[in-house]
Amino acid sequence: MPGRTGEGACAYVVYLDTRMYQVSKLTDYSPAALDKAVAELTSALEQECTVVKNEAEWKALRDRWMARKNGILTQVNELWLKVAPGEAKREVGRRVNELRTHVETDVVAAQERMAGRAAGGKLAAEQLDITLPGIRRPIGARHPVLQAMHDVVSVFKSMGYSVEEGPEVETDYYNFEALNFPPDHPARDTQDTIFLAGQEKKPARDRLLLRTHTSPVQIRTMQKYPPPVRVVCPGKVHRHDTPDASHSPLFHQIEGLAVDTNITFCDLKGTLDHAMKALFGSSVKTRFYPSFFPFTEPSADVQISCPFCGGKGCRTCKQSGWIELLGCGMVDPNVFGFVRHNGYDPAKISGFAFGMGADRVAMLRYGIDDIQLLFQGDVRFLEQFA
Amino acid sequence: MAQAGRLRDSRRDGGATKQTMKISPTWVREFVDLKVDDRKLAEELTLTGTAVESIGADGVFEMEITTNRPDCMNHYGVARECSAIYDAALKPIQPHVPKAQGKANFSIEIEDAQGCARYTARIVRGVKIGSSPARIAERLAGVDQRAINNIADASNYTLWEMGHPTHAFDLDLLQGGKIVVRRARAGETLKTLDGAERKLSPEDLIIADANRPVALAGVMGGFDTMITERTRNVLIESAWFDPVAVRKTSRRHGMHTDASHRFERGADFAATTVACARVVRLIVESAGGELVGEEIDTVARRIGRAPVPLSRAEVLRILGEEIEQTEVERILRRLGFGVTPGRAAVAVSTRSASPGSGGVRAAVAEEAATYTIEIPSWRLDVEREIDVIEEIARVHGYNQFANTLPVFSGSVVEHTDAAKDERLRSRALALGYNQAISLTFISEQDARQFSSAAGVELENPISDEARFLRNSMLPGMLEMLGWNLNRGNDDVRLFEMGDVFELAGANVEEHKHLCLGATGNAEAAGVHRAPRACSFFDLKGDVETLLAAFEHQTLYYDAHAADYYHPGRSARAVMDGATVARFGQLHPEIAAARKLRQDAYVAEIYLDRLYQHGLRQVRYEALPRYPAVERDFSFIFGDRVTYEQIRAAVEALRIGELRRFVPVEIFRDGAIPAGRYSLLLRATFQSDERTLRDDEVALWSSQIIKTLQRLGGALRAS
Repeated sequence: MPGRTGEGACAYVVYLDTRMYQVSKLTDYSPAALDKAVAELTSALEQECTVVKNEAEWKALRDRWMARKNGILTQVNELWLKVAPGEAKREVGRRVNELRTHVETDVVAAQERMAGRAAGGKLAAEQLDITLPGIRRPIGARHPVLQAMHDVVSVFKSMGYSVEEGPEVETDYYNFEALNFPPDHPARDTQDTIFLAGQEKKPARDRLLLRTHTSPVQIRTMQKYPPPVRVVCPGKVHRHDTPDASHSPLFHQIEGLAVDTNITFCDLKGTLDHAMKALFGSSVKTRFYPSFFPFTEPSADVQISCPFCGGKGCRTCKQSGWIELLGCGMVDPNVFGFVRHNGYDPAKISGFAFGMGADRVAMLRYGIDDIQLLFQGDVRFLEQFA
Repeated sequence: MAQAGRLRDSRRDGGATKQTMKISPTWVREFVDLKVDDRKLAEELTLTGTAVESIGADGVFEMEITTNRPDCMNHYGVARECSAIYDAALKPIQPHVPKAQGKANFSIEIEDAQGCARYTARIVRGVKIGSSPARIAERLAGVDQRAINNIADASNYTLWEMGHPTHAFDLDLLQGGKIVVRRARAGETLKTLDGAERKLSPEDLIIADANRPVALAGVMGGFDTMITERTRNVLIESAWFDPVAVRKTSRRHGMHTDASHRFERGADFAATTVACARVVRLIVESAGGELVGEEIDTVARRIGRAPVPLSRAEVLRILGEEIEQTEVERILRRLGFGVTPGRAAVAVSTRSASPGSGGVRAAVAEEAATYTIEIPSWRLDVEREIDVIEEIARVHGYNQFANTLPVFSGSVVEHTDAAKDERLRSRALALGYNQAISLTFISEQDARQFSSAAGVELENPISDEARFLRNSMLPGMLEMLGWNLNRGNDDVRLFEMGDVFELAGANVEEHKHLCLGATGNAEAAGVHRAPRACSFFDLKGDVETLLAAFEHQTLYYDAHAADYYHPGRSARAVMDGATVARFGQLHPEIAAARKLRQDAYVAEIYLDRLYQHGLRQVRYEALPRYPAVERDFSFIFGDRVTYEQIRAAVEALRIGELRRFVPVEIFRDGAIPAGRYSLLLRATFQSDERTLRDDEVALWSSQIIKTLQRLGGALRAS
């Protein structure tokens, strides 16, 4: 391998300082003197091998140490071995052979190290400013109201409820009459019903309107299935309301109904308490107080302890520590009367029903203070829920 | 008159029906001795069903009384609730009436017994009209009731005190010495207290004198017979009007008064005489005068309250917990119910004890476990056992009951469309569309522009621009895109799933649709790359992704979209013969008319039709074991040759080993003559059984070339 005098030797000399190792004659051939001379040489070799940075430098290194003509190994041969006295020749010869192997190994290793460092240089050139933002593929966001609806439905599904849906355009019969709202009853006033045009000629119970609550699905479900039933019905409802921050003619409800033999008011309480804990956290408490709905008796409104302040009082709960969330009650026997033919004998079965506003749940959960935001499709709003 | 305000906020969630009114706790305490402070009282009233929404700075309660509880829409009624909650005695209202002088010489005739069950009247002569004493005026001011004069105030005070509406006429202005309660006659008119001249309908229940209407029964008195400064003699009316009659009259005339509010919900049949005496007492105290003649009390029909049987077993069955007998009796008695252990004879026969041995013992057990409940005259809302059970539960306290979970024996039925909805929803979200909800109402113009289906018109729309139910999702989508563009949100992708409505004869059909809307960039500008504007093919790809979720035999796209789309940049998708989607760029003229400042791409997917197909069933195919061979073909075609023709022609060759055939590059202009385009096509051949031979591939390639040449294509290179 060695044998050529590289041109790089000149350049090599330029950057190496004057304290570079030079081979000198031995004056003493004692083992200790030999040890010292070998140690000096190998130390210089290791030092020079570590500083090689590129191909040219490596070639210069190789030639300085291994060139046949005046390379360091050649000089060692000349200056140490050839001139050694007879008795020392054998020992010096052995040492020089060892040195040759040592130098060759180190120079080859230096080349490998140098090649590795060069490759590192290429990778270095490919370095990115990894603090720049990534390229994000946009993913769509679920609507907060539909997410809330989905979550509520999931809780009840896990409790064995089926999901039912009903039409948004309903008849007077399903929206009112079969829910025990008699014709001309003041309770109808509070529903702010939107009616369809051109219904005058129909019998009152067949007149069409936009359902004002999801409760008609109760009747439709009980017509469809004999007891026992256990359903939740998410959906849109409409009322004649002028839009403002807390009113919208469109909003969403989730209705629930459970009917079986031996369903009690305690079961209603336990079910809703469990559901509210599943939705808002296990530390949430529920509180029931009397209300009035024509289709339940007894009727109740349900408050949950404010999940944001733990009941201490905050802006969300208007300092009361409680948030009203649900209407519910035991299904009124008169309602069962409308589906008695399908196995709903109020003397034998009982049940409970409940309804909650999905928009309200979403607004509470995310601190949304204007219901109009839900129905504008503004991406600055929607994207927050991604 | 103070009108009960409507509080809606949270109440609407379950459709609860409540009204707010002011109730002064000081006034309430006049009727019942209470040790609790007002704050605690407010809380406990709320928890038993007469909700105190807030307490004013003056200490007056703002209460929400549900429509079924007109008996609590006054101070005495609230005091009765307190009496039950705290087991404290309720003081009776027994107005001391001065001894009457002489004869009244006045008659009351009820012609319409359905509309008016009872009419009680008293005459006071020689009153001096003036303002009320401070005590009365302050009480009224506290409940937002404006003071008028000492006569009207006496009537209003009684209303707020015990809830029964009364009216005072100027006796000297009533003609013919009598009052007739009847329906109005055709052509009759009445100027009401508010000064409005009202045409009466023959259905209106009115109070008349011998000659003319003088009041709308239960709603408002007449202007011509009202109390004025000149009034000397008054007739006090205290009647019971039918809820439906009053409601119809008040609705017909668009009037809602404190009186009608209470009569509509049901007044106390037994209270007419007490209320009348109470007004007399207040008038005599504040306006002087003397009572003339005895009470005139005309009863046309009795509003009876049938007793209700109550079984303790039923209480347990509905509520789930025993309530002590003494507690049941205490609650009901304090609320004014009569409680008699044992079942009334009539009631027992409807539910005889179970037959068999031990009949005597069973009868005894039944005896101890049942009551007969007498319903007080003011509780028109209580008429069944379940209603009595509610009374027990609410006063006992709902929160006293345990929370239990029901044992359930049914099975779960999965809603059939739920999985399809969810598959589409998750794909749309993954494609970058945000889920949106738009309003259900659209204008008549939009109802005509975006659908050929007959629109559904509303009787009482929110506004003239919202007179129709949507028969297309597009107006709502375009509204939302416009909303965003007007606010500087330039890159928008939205989707909405919902129902559209169309008239089908006398009925309305609801069809479920999915709508996509996109405008601006498909790929946003960023530090790493240039933006890329949304194109027809972005939208088409998204539609393809959505449709690919469903099983189908054939699916093709043609240009039969609709006239509201750009004619050259729109398509419809036909799956197994049915149109399942239309999509494309919105027609630029429509975009301009709606002031959309960017191209808008929209898609309508008809889910009711798409859902006729099942979700795609995934079946695994073995991975290829032999290498594929690719061949590229560069052709020049005339513009009239569509890719679909090319694809179909190659497909018709039925080369089984042709696994993939796709366009790779399309190029116009430059070296290509006008009216033509260059198309690079790539065919991939592969066999499951062996490595393909060159001669086979060469044969298939030449078949493809020949076919495309027959289409008019010119091969550029191979």
